[in-house]
Amino acid sequence: MYEGIIFAGFGGQGIILSGKLICIAAMREGKNVSHIPSYGAEMRGGTANCSVVISDEEIASPLIRQPSICVVMNKPSLFKFEESVQAGGLLIYNTSLIDLKPSRDDIRAVPVQANDLAQEEGNVRSANMIALGLLLRLKPELAALDSVISALDEAVSARNRSLNIINTKSLKRGFSLS
Amino acid sequence: MAETVLMKGNEVIGEAAIIAGCRYYFAYPITPQNEIPAYMALRLPRIGGTFLQAESELAAINMVFGASAAGARVMTSSASPGISLKQEGISYLSGAELPAVVVNMVRGGPGLGNIAGSQGDYFQATRGGGHGDYRTIVLAPASVQELADLTVEAFDLADQYRMVVVLLGDGYLGQMSESLKLPEPSGKEFDKSSWALTGASGRAPHIVYSLRLSPEPALEEVNLRLQAKYREIEKNEVRFDTYRSKDAEYLLVGFGTSARICKAAVNILRREGIKAGLFRPITLWPFPSLAIERAAGSIKKVLAVEMNAGQMLEDIRLALWTSTSSSRNVVIDFCGRTGGMIPDVDEIVERVRNYEK
Repeated sequence: MYEGIIFAGFGGQGIILSGKLICIAAMREGKNVSHIPSYGAEMRGGTANCSVVISDEEIASPLIRQPSICVVMNKPSLFKFEESVQAGGLLIYNTSLIDLKPSRDDIRAVPVQANDLAQEEGNVRSANMIALGLLLRLKPELAALDSVISALDEAVSARNRSLNIINTKSLKRGFSLS
Repeated sequence: MAETVLMKGNEVIGEAAIIAGCRYYFAYPITPQNEIPAYMALRLPRIGGTFLQAESELAAINMVFGASAAGARVMTSSASPGISLKQEGISYLSGAELPAVVVNMVRGGPGLGNIAGSQGDYFQATRGGGHGDYRTIVLAPASVQELADLTVEAFDLADQYRMVVVLLGDGYLGQMSESLKLPEPSGKEFDKSSWALTGASGRAPHIVYSLRLSPEPALEEVNLRLQAKYREIEKNEVRFDTYRSKDAEYLLVGFGTSARICKAAVNILRREGIKAGLFRPITLWPFPSLAIERAAGSIKKVLAVEMNAGQMLEDIRLALWTSTSSSRNVVIDFCGRTGGMIPDVDEIVERVRNYEK
C-alpha cells in the first residue's frame, strides 16, 4: 500500500490536523508516514493544505505531485487540486461549501455534506472529521477507525481536547456513510 | 528501545540537541525554522538551560562564541539570510577553534528570497562562507530520523575537533513530520579543561584568541594546525549512503531532500528494468570524493540532482575529473530547480529513460 493524500481547505478547517491525525494512527499501526503542511504566507481564511504519505514500504519521497487521494473542503481547493489527482484516484469533496461537481470522469469523486453533518453531531468545526471518517470507510487500509479515534488525544492540542467527544462522533458518522 | 513518535523536523532538532546535552541556545527568528526557537524557548528553561532570543543574528552568533569559550555545548539556528549574517561569527569561532553547532534550514535565495525549502546554500556551507582559510564540517540529513541522529553527532564532532559543525537542512525537512525514534545520548565525553574559560582560580588563565598580530608566524602556525586537522577530518569523517547502486549503470547523486526525490525515481526506474542507483553524500564537507569515484567506476552516466543551479555538481566534477581511474570519463549530467522549486520525480525518471535510447 502506498497512498499520497492531499487534504485541502481554508485555514481554520482543521486541514493540518486531519493529516496529522491519520499519520499518528497509521504510524501506531506500524506503517510509514510523512506529513508536510503548506506553509506559505498563510493567514486565517486563506487556503491550507497538507501532503500525507502512508505506506507499508519505506517512504522514498514525501513530496506529492499527483495524489492518489484528495480531500477538498472548499471550492478554491477543488479548483486547485482536482487536476492533480491521479487517474483512478479518489476525490472526496465537501458539498456543504462546494456547489458544483468535479469535472473529471476518470477519478472516483465522492460528495459529502461535511459541515451539515458536523453541525448535526454538535459542532460545525468537526467537518474535517466527517470527511476523514468517510475516507477511512472508503480506504480502510490507511488506518482503522479505532486507531484514529485513539490518536485524537495526541493530535488535538490541549485547548481543543474537549471537542474530542464531538470529533469522535463525527468520525463515526463519516465512517457510517456509504 | 525508544518508542516511535511523529515529530516535526524542526522540533526534532531542538529535542535532539537537548538529548546531546545542549543547554544554551541563542537565535533570532526566521522562517522556515521558527519551530526550533519556539521549541527551545519552551523546553530549555524547564531543564535549567538558557534560551535567549537575541536582538540580531550577529548578537546570537557572538553569544554562541561566549558560551562555547566557557566550555558549554551551544547551538544556534537560522535560515539562509540569517546564516549570511552569522558568517563573521562563524569565522571567529573557527579562528578561535571553538566548538559550536550551527543549523541552517535553507530557504530560497539569493537575497531575502522566499520561504520555501532550497539547497542554494551548498557553496556557502562547504566553502566557508566567512573570511579566512577555514572549514566547517557540513552534515546533510535527508529524513526526520536523520535530523535527530545527525544533530546528536554534530555536537560530538564539534567538541572532538573544536570546530563549527553545520547541519544543512532545508525548509521542507524542517516542516515535515515523520515517524522516528529519538536517539540516545552518545555518552562520549570531551575534556575541555585545557582551554575553556571556566575561571582561573588556582591555575594559569586560559585565553581564547582570534586575533594574532605577533610574533609574525603565529597566525600561520594556527593555520597549519587547522589545515592538519582538516586533513584528518577528510580521512576519518566522510559519511555517505548508497541505494541500489551496486550494479547500477546510471548513478543519481543527491543530498538531503533531493536524495529522497532521487530514491523515488530509482524505485520507478528499477521497476522498468533500468539499472539506476543512488549515491547520497551525508557529509558535504568532507565531500565523499573517493567513494563517489569508486561508485562511478562502472557507471555509464552520473546525474546530479539538486535544489539549486548546480553546486554539489562542482564537487562531483572535482572528484571525477581529477581521478586517475576510468571514472574520469564518466559523463556528468545535472537536473536542478532553484528559488524554492523542487525537481520532479517524473522529470528525473524521464531524463534517465532517455539515456537508454
